[in-house]
Amino acid sequence: MSATAALFGKSEKAALFSPVISVNPIAVQVLGICSALAVTTRMDKALVMGIGVTLVTALANLAVSLIRNHTPNSIRIIVQLAIIASLVIVVDQVLKAFLYELSLELSVFVGLIITNCIVMGRAEGFAMQNPPWISFLDGIGNGLGYALILLLVGFARELTGAGTLFGHVVLPLTKNGGWYEPNGLMLLAPSGLFLIALIIWGLRTWKPELQEKD
Amino acid sequence: MPKLESTRYTVLFATAVSVVCALLVATAAVGLRERQEVNAQLYKQKNVLLAAGLIKPGESVSRDEVLAIFDKRIRVRGVDLQTGRLVPEGEFDAAAFDQRKARNDPAQSRAAPPNDAQVARLPLRGLVYQVLGGDGKVEQLVLPIEGMGMWGTVYGFLSIDRDGNTVRGLTFYEQKETPGLGGEISNPQWQALWVGRKAFDANWAPQLAVIKGPAGPPDKAPHHVDGLSGATITSNGITRVVRFWLSDDGYGPFLKTLRNGVPA
Repeated sequence: MSATAALFGKSEKAALFSPVISVNPIAVQVLGICSALAVTTRMDKALVMGIGVTLVTALANLAVSLIRNHTPNSIRIIVQLAIIASLVIVVDQVLKAFLYELSLELSVFVGLIITNCIVMGRAEGFAMQNPPWISFLDGIGNGLGYALILLLVGFARELTGAGTLFGHVVLPLTKNGGWYEPNGLMLLAPSGLFLIALIIWGLRTWKPELQEKD
Repeated sequence: MPKLESTRYTVLFATAVSVVCALLVATAAVGLRERQEVNAQLYKQKNVLLAAGLIKPGESVSRDEVLAIFDKRIRVRGVDLQTGRLVPEGEFDAAAFDQRKARNDPAQSRAAPPNDAQVARLPLRGLVYQVLGGDGKVEQLVLPIEGMGMWGTVYGFLSIDRDGNTVRGLTFYEQKETPGLGGEISNPQWQALWVGRKAFDANWAPQLAVIKGPAGPPDKAPHHVDGLSGATITSNGITRVVRFWLSDDGYGPFLKTLRNGVPA
């Protein structure tokens, strides 16, 4: 019991679960919006991107935290960047080896994980001050929070824009003899912004403590 | 332990981090290369089948199915690009032939004559994917094409009917055009517009072109394909690339031999 508590106590739980909803990186911290617009036209893209960011954030946090007490302050940002960039390249290589066709569509965005504010933000803002295990959990949590929003937005965009989910037909399109006339706007980037804004609005209404006092 | 902020320690630390990161990246790249090459090869074969219309765009086809269809319906041959003659099968290992490597190898290529598709070197031998019908007769010929789009070289396959003139399909499997604009050359709906157009005019000069605006059905506009709005440079690039590979510098001589062999 005590061993479990030490490995997964209250603060570990908070590190893992609070970024999923209450300090969600997209909806509350408003980070990583650019890639969220680009990869949410289909759910399979959103899922793979979510997994990629989760892995990179978690492993980057772990590595940065492991060497945090040995890292000279003057070069800490570039060290974090080197770690993140290496991990992103590895993720890209793995995608090319196992999910080739998806990697062709995602490769631009996978490369851009390096510049995703969430990864850098968690490494500098959390992992530099905290021990490895909790930093790792924080990375997983933030990645999951990112993935959750991506999947929600992807669900709405793919369903209304193309009538499919994960590529499977849900609403048969009129041009294929069905009844659903797809909304082309949902496949364009602006609809991603609208949906994310709606999610932020909803979240702030549900949790009024998130609203800034003016 | 030296002080964290000393220059010596900082340099050492930076070096150590770089070496570890480099090792990680190198291991991943080398360890996964074989698998990636298999994937790239399979993707190319799939695109040959797409150009030939043997599989439909968006259809999910397993790796084994692609290999099975490719094995049954496609025969890969080499063509001497200057004479247009097929290289006898015993003299040429088409399965192992890499056209991109060949065009960069001085022994297997020549400098291309000046052309606006910006093709710098031409292989002496080019690949032809013969598409066989149920009776074993050649029905279509899938030709690899490449050339300058807007941002970089586009690579694709153009399928021509055995009459040496009618387009049966077009795909692009590698391109760096702007997503949503020039990138639409990868859109199967746009690629489908090419089917049924005629590659040559009555004097056998390559006439295919991507024009501005809609072109209409093949019987009204036999040589023209709808332009991609917002992507004039890519559209013009595709016109040049397709025409170059149909010209006498590309597969023109080979297509001529077909026309002479097929009664009009």
